[in-house]
Amino acid sequence: MDNLMHFDFRGLIVIMMSAILVNNYVLQKFLGICSFLGVSKKLDQATGMSLAVIFVMLMATAATWPIQYYLLNPNGLGYMQTVVFILVIAALVQLLEIVMKKYIPALHAALGVYLPLITTNCAVLGVAILNINNQYDFLASMVNSLGSGLGYFLAMVLFSGVRSRMEGGETPKSFEGLPITLIAASIVSISFFGFAGVINNLFA
Amino acid sequence: MNRMKILTNGVLKENPVLVLILGTCPALAVSTQASNAIGMGIAATLVLVCSNMAISALRKVIPDNVRIPCYIVLIAGFVTVVQMLIKAYAPAIDEQLGIYLPLIVVNCIILGRAEMFANKNTVLDSALDGIGMGLGFMLALLVMASIREIFGNGTWFGMEIPGLITHKISILTLAPGGFFVYGILIALMNRITNGKASRNAEKGCGGCAGCAGCGASDDGCAAKGGEA
Repeated sequence: MDNLMHFDFRGLIVIMMSAILVNNYVLQKFLGICSFLGVSKKLDQATGMSLAVIFVMLMATAATWPIQYYLLNPNGLGYMQTVVFILVIAALVQLLEIVMKKYIPALHAALGVYLPLITTNCAVLGVAILNINNQYDFLASMVNSLGSGLGYFLAMVLFSGVRSRMEGGETPKSFEGLPITLIAASIVSISFFGFAGVINNLFA
Repeated sequence: MNRMKILTNGVLKENPVLVLILGTCPALAVSTQASNAIGMGIAATLVLVCSNMAISALRKVIPDNVRIPCYIVLIAGFVTVVQMLIKAYAPAIDEQLGIYLPLIVVNCIILGRAEMFANKNTVLDSALDGIGMGLGFMLALLVMASIREIFGNGTWFGMEIPGLITHKISILTLAPGGFFVYGILIALMNRITNGKASRNAEKGCGGCAGCAGCGASDDGCAAKGGEA
């Protein structure tokens, strides 16, 4: 990852595309499953939730990356990562909600409902920690967060389509509700394997 | 409720993963090998017991309207301790669990039990509830991981199983296999409990997001409940 230091555009695209398609947060890494199963019933809800997640992921990375490298690491407090990150994210979500309510009421009306649910969405904390673990620089971290958010968006929107089709179908009684949703998720997840080759062949 | 009942409640009747549908993310992610399931189960149980006891002991001190942030800080503290212990004494497990170890903080089982049980009950009862729920979590993970490891990889706890090692269904160890096995197990639990698992998933804010989301903002929950 050294070459990322000199603004390696291709490297950034690879990070972005693999975050969206190959290492999809929901379907390959199982982060944010709860909201994926809970809110993906209708397309508008799925879109609202995903937009809120993208937004919070970017904000969280913009806040946690400098904290890790300029505050925790120089003072030998790297082990406080988990505590600090979750607090920063929780505070950030609250702050966002207040600011949005006051200055952008339209956006708050659209996304406000989903904001409190995001604090405990593991995808947000996950992306903040993974950026540090992968030793991305700031730009790469932001690109990775955007890619992860877009991947979440893609999975949510695709899956809400699958679920709306499923509603018309007849399911065996024991499989009604969650089980059949999980089986459908499994099939959608298989389809994402097809992308693994795309990244390798396009950018290798 | 008598103590024995509190302890056994979490193991089967209210199994957090298979009946309450909490903590789905780690359940799906680390259940590729039986040994991972045990590692994750022990880590989560330790955090759960400690946080349940601490929250129960502090339940009269913590003001009601800032309780969720307080719980999260307490839980994050215990997770950090467990993380450091595992890093020091079982680095192999740390490597296997990776990102999912710090993510125990946002594991809904822990915050969920704090909200549903620990802030209403005594320290001893909360500790028992923590042990029961933790064992239930570990048991569910172990069942899932065993199915995935035995049929997907032909091994169990790393031991080769003759006959299966040559006929692997590798997809079970990959992401789709996780969703599939979990779906089948919940269907099985539905059959046994007459659809309780599916009803829990539909209830309130939708399983996991509900337990934390509701506490953080009642408006959010009401709005979501209305929509759902």
